[in-house]
Amino acid sequence: MRLEPIANPSFARSVVPPALAIAATVVIASLLAMIAGADPFAVLGLIIKGAFGTKFALLETLNRATPLIFTGLAVAVAFRARFWNIGAEAQLYAGALVTVVLGTGALPWPGFALIPTLALGAVLAGALVLLVPAILKTRFGVDEVVTTLLLNFIFLLFISMLLEGPLKDPMGMGWPKSARLIADARLPRMFEGLRLHWGFGLAILCAVAVWVIQTRSTLGYEMRAVGLNRAAAAFAGIPVNRVLVKTALLSGGLAALAGFSEVAGLKGSLTLDLSPGFGYTGIIVAMLALLNPLGVIVTAMFVAGIFVGADSMSRAAAVPTYLADMMLATALLLMVLAIMLTRFRVRRE
Amino acid sequence: MEIVDILISASFWAAVIRIATPLILATMGELICERAGVLNLGIEGIMVAGAFAGWMAVYSGTGLWMGVAVAMVVGMLFGLLHAALTVPFGLSQHVVGLGVTLLATSSTYFAYRLALPQVTSPPKIAAFQAYEIPILSDIPVLGQALFSQTPFTYLAFALVAATGIMLYRTPLGLAVRAAGESPAAVAAQGLSVTGIRMGAVIVGSGFMAMGGAFLTMSAFDSFFFEMVNGRGWVAIALVVFGSWKPGKALLGAVLFAGFDALQIRVQQTSLGADIPYQIFLMTPYILSIVALILVSRRAQVPAALMIPFNKGER
Amino acid sequence: MRDTADVVLRLDAITKRFGKLIANDAISLSLRRGEVVALLGENGAGKTTLMNILFGQYTADSGTVEVFGRVLPPGNSRAALDAGVGMVHQHFTLADNMTVKENISLGAQPLFALSMKNSEITKKIKKISDDFNLKVDLEARVANLTVGERQRVEILKALYRDVKILILDEPTAVLTPQETDDLFATLRLAIANGLSIVFISHKLHEVMAISDRVSVLRHGKLVAEVDTADTDKEALATLMMGTGAVAPDIAVATPGRDLFSIKNVSTPNIGSIPGLKRVSLNLKAGQIVGLAGVSGNGQAALADLVAGLCTPAEGTIEHHGDPVKNWSARDAVNKGIARIPEDRHKTGTIADFSLTENAILECYNSDDFSKSGWMYWKKARAFAVDIIDKYDVRCPGPDTRIRLLSGGNMQKLILGRVLEAAPDIVLANQPVRGLDIGAVNYVHSQLLAARDRGAAVLLISEDLDEIMRLSDVIHVISGGRLSPEFLRGTKSPSELGGWMAGQGFDEQVTHAS
Repeated sequence: MRLEPIANPSFARSVVPPALAIAATVVIASLLAMIAGADPFAVLGLIIKGAFGTKFALLETLNRATPLIFTGLAVAVAFRARFWNIGAEAQLYAGALVTVVLGTGALPWPGFALIPTLALGAVLAGALVLLVPAILKTRFGVDEVVTTLLLNFIFLLFISMLLEGPLKDPMGMGWPKSARLIADARLPRMFEGLRLHWGFGLAILCAVAVWVIQTRSTLGYEMRAVGLNRAAAAFAGIPVNRVLVKTALLSGGLAALAGFSEVAGLKGSLTLDLSPGFGYTGIIVAMLALLNPLGVIVTAMFVAGIFVGADSMSRAAAVPTYLADMMLATALLLMVLAIMLTRFRVRRE
Repeated sequence: MEIVDILISASFWAAVIRIATPLILATMGELICERAGVLNLGIEGIMVAGAFAGWMAVYSGTGLWMGVAVAMVVGMLFGLLHAALTVPFGLSQHVVGLGVTLLATSSTYFAYRLALPQVTSPPKIAAFQAYEIPILSDIPVLGQALFSQTPFTYLAFALVAATGIMLYRTPLGLAVRAAGESPAAVAAQGLSVTGIRMGAVIVGSGFMAMGGAFLTMSAFDSFFFEMVNGRGWVAIALVVFGSWKPGKALLGAVLFAGFDALQIRVQQTSLGADIPYQIFLMTPYILSIVALILVSRRAQVPAALMIPFNKGER
Repeated sequence: MRDTADVVLRLDAITKRFGKLIANDAISLSLRRGEVVALLGENGAGKTTLMNILFGQYTADSGTVEVFGRVLPPGNSRAALDAGVGMVHQHFTLADNMTVKENISLGAQPLFALSMKNSEITKKIKKISDDFNLKVDLEARVANLTVGERQRVEILKALYRDVKILILDEPTAVLTPQETDDLFATLRLAIANGLSIVFISHKLHEVMAISDRVSVLRHGKLVAEVDTADTDKEALATLMMGTGAVAPDIAVATPGRDLFSIKNVSTPNIGSIPGLKRVSLNLKAGQIVGLAGVSGNGQAALADLVAGLCTPAEGTIEHHGDPVKNWSARDAVNKGIARIPEDRHKTGTIADFSLTENAILECYNSDDFSKSGWMYWKKARAFAVDIIDKYDVRCPGPDTRIRLLSGGNMQKLILGRVLEAAPDIVLANQPVRGLDIGAVNYVHSQLLAARDRGAAVLLISEDLDEIMRLSDVIHVISGGRLSPEFLRGTKSPSELGGWMAGQGFDEQVTHAS
């Protein structure tokens, strides 16, 4: 078997494989529903209805999509430069941490000053967390996959330690939970009467900003060059290590905004279950979007919809919510295969 | 003083070997994959799947060894998926590996929920029991530590030896190593790089699943979510630390388990009472990172690791 | 008529197309026992495709391969090996981090045999290396061997498998003239032992020296089959190149002042590749300096130094007479050094970037193409279009991914990229490797044009013919040491070969002291 690049892929070539990947994911999900003893059409219907069927469901999906847009962007930015940041989870918690440290009364400022400060603080914290693996990689050649993965475990234990120690809410009835943010630190709602906070607006803004950076700025050009061919980039005089560090700072900062937005927009305080794996799911979001920042908005809503829909489905039908994770993992694997098939022809020789 | 007492106690060393066993199996699995040129980030999920599959098989009434075999087969199936996507199609080993971890983990949890819908605490099985090897187990300290383990642990050590012999003393091992160093050299001899790499990933994934199964069938007797808890990622660090050599990787795993066992015991001493327990729990992960920093400069990475091979392309 | 029963290998009407290109057009070829057939042709004539079909790497569209009277199944890499055909590729297929013995024994035993027959393997290799005069240390890591030694390992690998037919693809491209003589001696021993040989080359004098018959390929067609005794170099050259391709004329240069100087520079060894050992070199305006040598003798270090990829550990570099303090790839570009890299695929271009993106790779942050961090894509695209026109880059357009271009067109884009700003220093590292004759002449004429408008050119090549034809001044590099300069025409190929093999350097040291 041999792979041959295709010079000018036809329209069908670039559309059929991804469509087949999505169809296959749906078929596999149906089979899983049948294995669980449920009617597959009913299950799929319940998921779609639970995700997008009502105003409440839709708002729930948008709220769930918000942190995923941030982590998806974080991954998209990093993977574009082939910097494997699998540590968005840790950076998310770093952002959340700064938000509760500064937002629970330490800075008694009005909202217009406090909220941007919290966001900025979160970005810096997330950037700092990813700076460590970035420096280990550029200075010592330590693979960032393992370091960012292990940092997730370390950082979560660190948060756990703080929540049981200095950050513990005295009113928390013994639960490992931080104090609540002051009112000025909370993100306001975007529309009167709708349960959707400005974190979502910020996420969209960030996606557009990242897109502009990637397509129009020299940094974006450098990041793409470094990602596609590090040796050629270095030969041409692109400062590869500096670009990698900048990428890491941007990526870590974006992931941290997910933590900021969850705490300031939704939860109001920090607990250990703030993120049900948003950092890892961000990888799926980014890959399904082909690392395109604007695509991340769409795929984050799709992924969030599946999670929200599966939650509501599993309450109605006896199918475990893990169906959602399985669907997404399947979609991810099939989609990377499909994208390859849009650009290469498989030859039997 | 207390630490010295811990270090000379036989039960401590027995615990070290017990903690090391799943890491040894997983590390050997990853090592075989990487020696053939494939980074397998599916390891964490494959360990979860193996832990569940072996335990579930025994819970459903098969024998213990049959359970190990079931775990291995499940691991190999996920290995096949990984290999099929990364080897002939040359897809990103990072993305596919993480995808396999997500798929293996979520399908395990899905299967668990389906198999045991209403349980709050998971049922227990009759796990492997320690088997004292006659005569050898009578050696003071060493006998207790090394030769009073469960048969599963003995199997793990045997597999390290088997891996070493396979890699360095057989034509197959030579071909596996060459596939990780220079796939073009393998192809020039009319051997199938695709076949060798896929085989290595499938067998390696079987080992990883056995590492997971050890947790539910020997170290403990039940299956919990999150029980693998990053051991797969640690194994990847150990492969680097062991310079891709089975013996050194084994040593790394034991060293790592030693620190892990030590932190558990120090937690219970007066010294440990003043320090938050999270600090102790962090140390294994921090040590893994430190180990990577120490060896990274002189690591002899397989030259073709993570580089897909497309026949006829130079 | 010679006896046809003696034919050991027969290719019959092999045809292979890649899209519109016909790489092999009904090519037939036969090889008799105990004979050397040379397959002569320029790069791109279809020689390598033909051999890949023989070895099952490609499947022919039509035609058959017969070995000892039996037709080989198409597309089966193992079949040719099993039938007793061995090949030494131009790019060696050796695992660098493994030992010579491991490389030779790879795949020689059934894969699932339970153990390696170590002593038997050693004994057999020893015997072959004695019989064929192929000396090499079995326990050495391939990475530590010279290029000539690696080739011996490749030949040993084939002989170890008891091949009856040996195919050598451009075997002399990387050798010194003396090593070439040794190779020919080994090949004569092989013939005496009953082997038959296909010798693929584009070097006429070697073909004349070793072969019994010559088959000439041009543009995928077999244009002639002649007995070597009945022909000569001139006749073969005409057959090989046709009459269309004309090598550029070379006028005598008038060198000017020093534009770039390296003074007593040393760099650290990297693995088994030697670094530079107190090297001094002047690049003068209007002069081509040729650097000859066997690959892996410090050329990469010297090229990296000029290209700004490494800084001297000891010694200094001067640009226009001024000592250079900060030195990086970007500094080199900014100082007007045009850099043509050794490997256009790995370091010269980014395969999945468009022609536009590749065209501005070195200058994207100049004021022409960006301002305070923002790109001017329109100007970049116009620049690419300009290069495509001026340098005759055949492509669908500036938005095409460069991956889809041929090697020659890729190299033309690189030439355009670096020469467009009329730089006064040109580093050309293996600028024509793997190109067909048309592209070779184009690249050479561009280098000569740069020289004639007053640029200093450093030409690094393993091809001694190329160096001798283009250079006004020649240096030889060996083991990281640089020979004195030799003016054009003052040294014969075999004298330069001696320097390439490391002879002469010691006397030079004694002279100096």
